[in-house]
Amino acid sequence: MNKVYASQAAMPQNPAHSAPSAAGLKARSSTAGYDVTRIREDFPILRQTVNGKPLVYLDNAATTQKPKTVIDCIRRVYENDYSNVHRGVHTLSQRSTDLFEAARENVQKFLNARHSHEIVFVRGTTEAINLVAQSFGRSTLKEGDEILITAMEHHSNIVPWQMLCEQTGAKLKVAPIDTKGELVPDEFEKLLSPRTRLVSVCHMSNALGTINPVKAIIELAHSREIPVLLDGAQAAPHMVVDVQDLDCDFYALSGHKLYGPTGIGILYGKEKWLEAMPPYQGGGDMIRRVTFDKTEYNTLPFKFEAGTPNIVDAIALGAAVDYLQAIGLDAIAEYEARLLHYATERALEIPELTPVGTAERKGAILSFTLERIHPHDIGTILDHLGIAIRAGHHCAMPVMDFFGLPATARASFGLYNTFEEIDILVDGIRKVIEVFG
Amino acid sequence: MLDQIRDLYQEVVFDHNRNPRNFRVMEDANRKIEGFNPLCGDKITLYVKVNDGVIEDVSFQGSGCAISTASASLMTEIVKGQTEDEAQHLFDIFHRITTGKNDEAVNLEEIGKLAVLAGVRAYPARVKCATLAWHSLQAALKNEADTVSTE
Repeated sequence: MNKVYASQAAMPQNPAHSAPSAAGLKARSSTAGYDVTRIREDFPILRQTVNGKPLVYLDNAATTQKPKTVIDCIRRVYENDYSNVHRGVHTLSQRSTDLFEAARENVQKFLNARHSHEIVFVRGTTEAINLVAQSFGRSTLKEGDEILITAMEHHSNIVPWQMLCEQTGAKLKVAPIDTKGELVPDEFEKLLSPRTRLVSVCHMSNALGTINPVKAIIELAHSREIPVLLDGAQAAPHMVVDVQDLDCDFYALSGHKLYGPTGIGILYGKEKWLEAMPPYQGGGDMIRRVTFDKTEYNTLPFKFEAGTPNIVDAIALGAAVDYLQAIGLDAIAEYEARLLHYATERALEIPELTPVGTAERKGAILSFTLERIHPHDIGTILDHLGIAIRAGHHCAMPVMDFFGLPATARASFGLYNTFEEIDILVDGIRKVIEVFG
Repeated sequence: MLDQIRDLYQEVVFDHNRNPRNFRVMEDANRKIEGFNPLCGDKITLYVKVNDGVIEDVSFQGSGCAISTASASLMTEIVKGQTEDEAQHLFDIFHRITTGKNDEAVNLEEIGKLAVLAGVRAYPARVKCATLAWHSLQAALKNEADTVSTE
């Protein structure tokens, strides 16, 4: 399946690509090597109307909808195989354990990690970053040490470091961005100091869509022996992530943004770091032997998975990963790039609209403001037309401060969105302007 | 669709959003409160001058959506000259019309133009926009020093 999509996506350009006529658009959505009509059938939630209009779901950066294969997986496991993992000697426990560990291997392959024990199941990106901050950070940072992040981070890649700084006396350094929403490479390099102990950067910005030059960042940091964490919450659903090729030290992602369940996520960590790091939480399953004098910790990855894990959602995350790989991340990335290109062109036809975040390398996020109309008012009126977008600061208040905005409206696209939906969005934005007069 | 949305965005709301009344800094205010809605980033600074239990003057500055700006503007118009008790009574009614159950009887005449914001009741996600200014006023009247948050 993977092959079919990938080879079709790589086919020579369909003439329809360059001519955005109505007929051409239809061709773009359905025949350009990516069968979005069929893909949409995999998502039961998309079949509904909202406020009397067909649902147009454009809030994928917040969370994605779930394919039937993921929903069915959850049901199937609870109905047939569910029990606790790693402990029982009975059949169901063995089945759950096998499925749980198979999911770990799916994720390992998805990220191209070297070992499955480099994949730690956590609740989500936030918990993954907190784990690194509290385990790696607290065990290695001293007063005066520095952590380098960027000005485009989500709060989850700011606050854990601020907490760590309070606990250790370390300092948080912030690399600036420019008005396009891109990092300023020289400024970034200048901020790497002999005291920098960790660089933590989003792979793709949730508020702006910017895709950071993470490979160059990692090379630069590694040349000074500084490890790098990538917040991959936004990137992982939209592009191939190969942690060995990137050579990142940590990679954090969330299941629910990856067409999988909520409450499950991944911390990838290089074995050498995970081995050296102390456990973050104590409890069951993370131990090998406990006496009241001393506890011997379990091996990786169990050392970081205290307590009963989110078994079924982890298994269903494995199903989500399978689903994405069947379509092919390359095919998804290429399709979404075309969606973004089209959406940007159409949006710029509206004189009152200002895009926020215009980086050269961008994921499928269109953040914008409208003259004199607050994003929340935009969001409410679009909702009346069945269009779900996000309005607010997107948990990236420093980004909003940088652009001098209280909030933006954000349309973020996923693998099931269509060119027709972008037309509906653009018509909707025009209606918002009409209502406000 | 546009008819439905007009229940929320009535002309009065647009008017007050475009030309908010009492939108200024008040140098001689004896109460000043910062209101903030962290969910959407709406900010308001409310200035109140209270003498002998009477709100002699009230003004505001800030940035927010049409609903929050219009609500603040309408509020300043209606509470000016009222006693603190009267303002508190209005707050209670306003809170009821924006958040209460539909069958709850409210004397709309008593609240005058504020009734245009009753439509917000159908939009739970927007209630905080409409009530931010009022929560700020309540805090100002109680002379609370801290920032008011709708969270």
